[in-house]
Amino acid sequence: MTAAAARGGAPPAVQSLARERLHAALRSATLLIGLAILAFWSLCALFGARLAPQDPYADNLLATLAAPSAAHWFGTDQLGRDIFSRVIMGARDILIVAPLATLLGTVAGTALGLCVGYFKGALDDVVSRIIEALQALPLVIVALLALAAVGTSNATVVLVIGFVFTPLIARTIRAAVLVESDMDYVAAARLRGDGPLAIMFIEILPNVLPIAAVEMTVRLGYAIFFVASLSFIGFGIQPPSADWGIAIAENYSLIGSYWWTVLFDAAATASLVIGVNLVTDGLQSVFDP
Amino acid sequence: MILKFLMKRALLSLITLGILSVVVFLGGQLLPGDVGRAVLGPLADARAVAVFNHQVGVDRPLPVQYWDWIIHFVSGDMGRSFTFRAPVAPFIGAALANSVKLASLAFVLVVPLGIAGGVWAARRAGRPSDRGMVLLGQSLGVVPEFISSIVLILIFGVWLRWLPMSADWPEGAGPLTQVRYLILPALPLVLVFFGYIARVARVGTIEALDADYTRTAILKGLSMAAVMRRHVLRNALLPTITVVASLVGYLAGGLVVIETLFHYRGIGALIYSAARTKDFPMLEAGVLTVGVVYALASVLADLLSAALNPRMRAGRA
Repeated sequence: MTAAAARGGAPPAVQSLARERLHAALRSATLLIGLAILAFWSLCALFGARLAPQDPYADNLLATLAAPSAAHWFGTDQLGRDIFSRVIMGARDILIVAPLATLLGTVAGTALGLCVGYFKGALDDVVSRIIEALQALPLVIVALLALAAVGTSNATVVLVIGFVFTPLIARTIRAAVLVESDMDYVAAARLRGDGPLAIMFIEILPNVLPIAAVEMTVRLGYAIFFVASLSFIGFGIQPPSADWGIAIAENYSLIGSYWWTVLFDAAATASLVIGVNLVTDGLQSVFDP
Repeated sequence: MILKFLMKRALLSLITLGILSVVVFLGGQLLPGDVGRAVLGPLADARAVAVFNHQVGVDRPLPVQYWDWIIHFVSGDMGRSFTFRAPVAPFIGAALANSVKLASLAFVLVVPLGIAGGVWAARRAGRPSDRGMVLLGQSLGVVPEFISSIVLILIFGVWLRWLPMSADWPEGAGPLTQVRYLILPALPLVLVFFGYIARVARVGTIEALDADYTRTAILKGLSMAAVMRRHVLRNALLPTITVVASLVGYLAGGLVVIETLFHYRGIGALIYSAARTKDFPMLEAGVLTVGVVYALASVLADLLSAALNPRMRAGRA
């Protein structure tokens, strides 16, 4: 990083850590490519209705299962709906549900991590055991169990994924808080009589925020993975959404003759998860070179 | 010494399983609120719901229900399926055997591939080809299984016509035919796991290549192949075993999607259909079985690490 900063012109000593990080970020090709992919799909999610050349929900029974052509770039599905327009619209729900679930998990996980890391003792032991038990089960299975019991909707998917992420994020934050608790500034705050809540949230929290931020982008990738998988098996986003996972589930039986009904949705999902992964990788190399 | 260590690990696994069983029980029994209502639907008669709840015993106090359930589970009686009106255990047993077949094939393919990829990258550490391998592994690891399945089916099933598109082999097919039908379902798992195994093998190899004993081995005139085989690989493999065990736990999640997609009667497809039909006894038994398999895999991994680690063998760790 010092070498990178030196190439930037100003003497390294003058540059603040933040500027140094910005320079490193601008040099990270993976971060920039990932951000570009993420920005593209975010635009589709926000302005999909205006960007789509045709109505993504309009049936056209005279043009069902048409192969890709100038009129329909990605072809049409069983109901004659334009797949290109549906792929653009399909970004919306997953980019609402997955980030909300991640945010919920990060906020709750950071709070829980601060508590167990700061108070340690019995609380720490109990929470650690529960985290270990939850880790014995894959997320898809926990989600199936919970969603079968409470019913599927966008809100319950957010809650279930957020709830499952909470202990995982708490574990990372806990480790960071354990390191911070030994620092002099925490001892100083304690000596001047600050209460535990003030020490946790005013003194320690700002110092573990970068870790929480990186953890959040890692989890966002997983959240997209799981929302897509759950939607595909019918336990995630529900029709009539143009969601990619739903589209693949609906058209999967046609894969032998009508490849375009699944391939473009699959490519869109893959590009989104890989984009988020590139951002994560880039951020990690910036914060932790 | 090793025995004491293993006993401790086994005890911890038991505690974990105990907590897990409570979580699973609460998930299946408490979350639906009214089990009978959830199973019979909103239009069912209130009396029918009450009768159903009484028949399956969910009108008893929760601790009584839990105790009844877990005691029977431990003795092999996993309860009765709502859907099939028959004991759950035979279904779980048959499904588990099928899943083990599929998972074994996936691991047989991915473990050597992952280790080879990791060692390959480690010997080029810091170069663009190393970075490319790391990014490739990471990217493959984040693509959902159903997406890679779709792409693989299109390539090998539809376009090239090399492999069957479902795992539904004809009655009485021999082992080789079965393997042929299982390759396509196993490949998405291979793709997801490749990055995890390669990353751990890469870090282990880099550390071992840096270690003093490796330098000594090179300086005393051993050929590079012998150094890799006798000193580097042996040490790089230790952390890889642990990661393979943790992947066994993750595996079941991928199996839910893959077995459903390829029409394969494994534990994942069973859990999925139980969740669809709200067959809570089947769902709970399936989920807890996955937990037990994971716990067994971690204990086995500890055993293997202990057997391979010379310090553990000597009882000094």
